[in-house]
Amino acid sequence: MEPKPQKKWGMVVDLDRCTGCEACVVACHAENNIPTVGEKEAAIGRAMHWIRVERYYEGEFPDVRVKFMPVFCQQCDAAPCEPVCPTFASYHTDEGLNGQVYNRCIGTRYCANACPYNVRFFNFYNPVWEKPLHLQLNPDVSVREVGVMEKCTFCVQRIKAAEIQAKADKRELKDGEVQPACAQTCAPKALVFGDLNDPNSEVSRLARSNRATRLLEELGTKPKVIYLQRESWHDEEKS
Amino acid sequence: MTKKSPNQIADDLLRPLFQTSWRFFAAVGILGTFVVAAFATFGYQMYTGIGVWGIRRPVFWAFDITNFVFWIGISHAGTLISAILRLANATWRRPVTRCAEVITVFALSIGAMFPIIHLGRPWLAFWLIPYGSERGIWPNFRSPLVWDFFAINTYLIGSVAFLTLPILPDWALVRDKAAGWRKRVYSILALGWRGTPKQWNRLESAMHIMAIAIIPVAVSVHTIVSWDFAMAPVPMWHSTIFGPYFVAGAIFSGIAGLIIAMAALRRFLHLEEYLLPIHFDNLGKLLLMMSLLWFYFVFAERLTVWYGNEPSEMAVFWTTQRGAFAPLFWTMVACNFLIPFPILAIKKLRTITGTVIASLGVVVGMWLERFLIIVPSLARKYSPYSWGSYQPTWVEITLMVGTFAGMVLLYTLFSKAVPIISIWELKVGLQKELEVRSQKPVASGQLPETRYSGQPAADNQLAD
Repeated sequence: MEPKPQKKWGMVVDLDRCTGCEACVVACHAENNIPTVGEKEAAIGRAMHWIRVERYYEGEFPDVRVKFMPVFCQQCDAAPCEPVCPTFASYHTDEGLNGQVYNRCIGTRYCANACPYNVRFFNFYNPVWEKPLHLQLNPDVSVREVGVMEKCTFCVQRIKAAEIQAKADKRELKDGEVQPACAQTCAPKALVFGDLNDPNSEVSRLARSNRATRLLEELGTKPKVIYLQRESWHDEEKS
Repeated sequence: MTKKSPNQIADDLLRPLFQTSWRFFAAVGILGTFVVAAFATFGYQMYTGIGVWGIRRPVFWAFDITNFVFWIGISHAGTLISAILRLANATWRRPVTRCAEVITVFALSIGAMFPIIHLGRPWLAFWLIPYGSERGIWPNFRSPLVWDFFAINTYLIGSVAFLTLPILPDWALVRDKAAGWRKRVYSILALGWRGTPKQWNRLESAMHIMAIAIIPVAVSVHTIVSWDFAMAPVPMWHSTIFGPYFVAGAIFSGIAGLIIAMAALRRFLHLEEYLLPIHFDNLGKLLLMMSLLWFYFVFAERLTVWYGNEPSEMAVFWTTQRGAFAPLFWTMVACNFLIPFPILAIKKLRTITGTVIASLGVVVGMWLERFLIIVPSLARKYSPYSWGSYQPTWVEITLMVGTFAGMVLLYTLFSKAVPIISIWELKVGLQKELEVRSQKPVASGQLPETRYSGQPAADNQLAD
């Protein structure tokens, strides 16, 4: 039997579908034990959202359209964050993820400076959850202490759990079996997750779309998040 | 200087070691307070979390790394200049070398603290040391921070050796002159120096090797510091010019630091007859050259970016040229070029006061330069959605003030423990001068304790 090709996890973000509801942001916070930093800290730019919905305005008033763009770790194949980490806290996993080992992190913050997407977040203080929020912490995800860097993991805990389950059942992982919290919660199905090495997966099919583009592709980071969008809303209306 | 006899030289230069005024204790007390405050602040920062700093996404480095690069830059005065002057056999160097070399050791020690202070978890800084740890993992040798670790340690060890070697004969002199606890301490420090011809030969060849070896080390250190930035794909960091640009800037700020230190020593230790206007004049010329070189580098860097017209780089470019960071940028240009250039270029103004004013400008300007390399690039990194800003807090400012106080404190203490001007080197210079004048070797009896006479008891004759 031919050995199965290694998994290569990727995500498609359909910007033409995204409504900017930010349900993905909430789901991510709940799934990954991401602390809320409070009003004051958030105001100076220390809010921690592994996924954020960026807003862009297109056109001139009064003909203005808002565009939403969910941005999270692009899980680059040539990630600038990885070589700069002195302790291998930021490293490349076998499945192509940009791993972040919290216990190895000493907090140089070099990775966050090197990241062109600004999707790495730093624990400036020890995280606190106001009661009763502490009761909803996800037991599958470690809580990070002060001084370490964190970022989107593609919900690696879910990937691993599904892989272990599939192995126990002596079967292959099915396409769509693993869903990160953001994709699972996305009502308009703007987020699609899957194996980019499997040509038949939905994510691969969508990635081949002529609407496909990647964020800051010109930097050569080889991101594994693919954005789908028409040229512009105006083109659509004209045609 | 030439009018002084060897005995007078020794007496003058050893005076600070044996006589202490209340001013010394007052200075140590005040400076010490600042240093203690900085350490306490660091403790507070470790206890609370680095959130007490002003850094925020996306500006994750600011005052910390600015101070790091700044102090490493200052450290390039001493050893590098001293080594070059030694190799070039510039005779005027003799009173300058030691106070320059000390700057290197102290500035480097202070600068090297910042990569530790700035960590999110400073107590784990030792993970950068490659040792067979229970974690079963080496440091990441691809990371410029690990290169830093090795480069700085190499430079620190090298410059400590470069500083200490030529102190040995002077410590031996103190040992022979002192009594009581001082004698015991300096006996240990002198490492059994007897002044035999063999020892002099060894010292000379060691210094020669060190002078040659330390130059590439010094150049590599600041190149590697610049690579902390140049290796990351950040607009206006990712540049091939950074290595030489940083080295030139380091030497520039280093000379400025040296001039300020020399002026202070001259004044407070009454070394008017040793640190002469000619020294400030020569160093002023050197500073002038570096100022031109610095301007050339900045011009080359800016012009290339401007013509390249790459959108992400232009965002950083304009924010420094005429945006939020423009006031700092033009202050930097004024401090590093517009003010020092005329002062240093006009012979009449290139006095001790003139060079000190120019140097103070350069120190401020070069600090700003490092800040302007680090912060605007991070604040204007690619996607405008996550552009940010930065404002320091009292914690960062206290730490910074503490390092300046620490530098002065270490320098003050050092000048109490070690003759800040190399006594034996001055004497050698004096003897050479006499030899040149009389066109024949001077008999050893006329000049005690020279490296040619090799009399073990030579030092004692000075005590008469």
